Amino acid sequence: MNAAIEVDKVVKRYGGLTALGGVSLRVDCGEFFGLLGPNGAGKTTLISILAGLNYPSSGHARVMGHDVVRDYRDARRVLGVVPQELVFDPFFTVRETLTIQSGYFGLRNNGAWIDEVLHCLDLTDKADVNMRQLSGGMKRRVLIGQALVHKPPVIVLDEPTAGVDVELRQSLWQFIRRLNQDGHTIVLTTHYLEEAEALCGRIAMLKQGEIVADDSTQNLLKRFSGCQIKLKLAAPGLPPSLQPLRVEGDGGDCRLALDGYDGVEGVLAALRNAGVAVLEMEVAQPDLEEVFVKIMSH
Amino acid sequence: MSESSDKLQSTPRIGPLTGFSTLFYKEWLRFWKVNVQTVLAPVLSALLFLLVFGHTLRNTGEPYPGVNYTAFLAPGLAMMSVLQNAFANSSSSLMQSKMTGNIIFVLLPPLSHREFFFAYLLAAVARGLVCGAGVLLCTLWFVDLRWAHPLWVIVFALLGSAVMGVLGIIAGMQSNKVDELAAFQNFIILPLTFLSGVFYSMYSLPPFWQQLSHLNPFFYIVDGFRYGFFGIGDVSPWLAAGIVAVCLLALSLLTQWLIKTGYKLRH
Repeated sequence: MNAAIEVDKVVKRYGGLTALGGVSLRVDCGEFFGLLGPNGAGKTTLISILAGLNYPSSGHARVMGHDVVRDYRDARRVLGVVPQELVFDPFFTVRETLTIQSGYFGLRNNGAWIDEVLHCLDLTDKADVNMRQLSGGMKRRVLIGQALVHKPPVIVLDEPTAGVDVELRQSLWQFIRRLNQDGHTIVLTTHYLEEAEALCGRIAMLKQGEIVADDSTQNLLKRFSGCQIKLKLAAPGLPPSLQPLRVEGDGGDCRLALDGYDGVEGVLAALRNAGVAVLEMEVAQPDLEEVFVKIMSH
Repeated sequence: MSESSDKLQSTPRIGPLTGFSTLFYKEWLRFWKVNVQTVLAPVLSALLFLLVFGHTLRNTGEPYPGVNYTAFLAPGLAMMSVLQNAFANSSSSLMQSKMTGNIIFVLLPPLSHREFFFAYLLAAVARGLVCGAGVLLCTLWFVDLRWAHPLWVIVFALLGSAVMGVLGIIAGMQSNKVDELAAFQNFIILPLTFLSGVFYSMYSLPPFWQQLSHLNPFFYIVDGFRYGFFGIGDVSPWLAAGIVAVCLLALSLLTQWLIKTGYKLRH
């Protein structure tokens, strides 16, 4: 599989602050890749280096094999970036914005494709409306359109659903999924972990400028999360031997954290020995949020 | 967002210089869409200067033989308009784009530093020339401009607007806030413009100030431009053009290097 993105020992320093401390990662063509991390972890810095907005202090980054510094023209032609900030040029309409952006990438007479992008993003009826008059969600969609006007094979979305309502978020997910199914490599950063879990096939986590996890979403969920069981117990409730496992609730209603499914049998045995009847039991599925918290707290 | 995006798969066609011409076109649109503010207002200001100064100083004698003060003043004001508006175009566009964050749309595409430079420069020259032409057009009916050497008029209009367009790019890159740009404008551009001989002939000054004026490159722009109208100047138009051209070349090389290194644009 060819690499869509290769990041090789990239360091980025701002004066005395090290934003990225030797990050290396690879995203294969066609992947839906998630880049997660708390605020200030270096996600946007890494994306900015890929996009040529920042220069690395050392190390190399390549997009579809093109070095983002030495071969910047080819690297930028194959990359579409949806920025985190809701920025727009207030002088222009939606269509002008897309036409101008298309022209920056060297594309003339790109009207048919721009019409298609407008249609895909449900912006056709707003094509001739000034950017200032659009709602936040519509401006977000125009930003996505601007990232697509030059038909890039690699698309980076930096928190595309931040501040977006549920309906628009769902339709953005659907659209981005479709782009991925059509063969586009997608790199997504988000603070919505359920979004990353639902969309991304592979996830890397950044913490203080270092990659602390890089694996398939399924492996991460298996490797780090264990499981939890929710119990409703008859009196006298949770026996003292199981108290250390309790993460939530008290008395008869509680939630226990286990290292894995094989711990369930031990819990049931302890309850049986204590003479506590189980009224209800539910094994909770592990989620990415739990994995994320565990990794970040290490 | 219901339809397929399969058309993304087809390969786009890339035209030569399209990035440059698009950025120029965008910069042109940016000032033309608000031409009341960017063209009409400066022309009106220049005309008010002409009416007030021309009327109150009309009896101060002829700055050049056979050229009354109002006629002397008109090309100076036209050039002042060219200079100030060329500077304002590139500087305010860049500074505002940096402030609002939409500069990212210019930084993400594969534009070279030369395309970036010449697009902003050409748009600044265009606005400077439109404003200067506006001032001259409005003065035609009450000022006798002789148009002695029209080619020099064009040469100095182009050189002057280009120098200021380049300075505007530097100021726009340097400034992150309105007050930083205002400081550049008020403490560098405005004094140099007002002390360039727009309102007076250099020979009306005491010797010390005459010498000092020779250090002001804007003086050569205004003087050469005025020579194009009246065939009279304080220095030779060839010397003036040479000095301005050297300044333009040096500033252009510096600015292109700054853009190439990403000075205050890319970090």
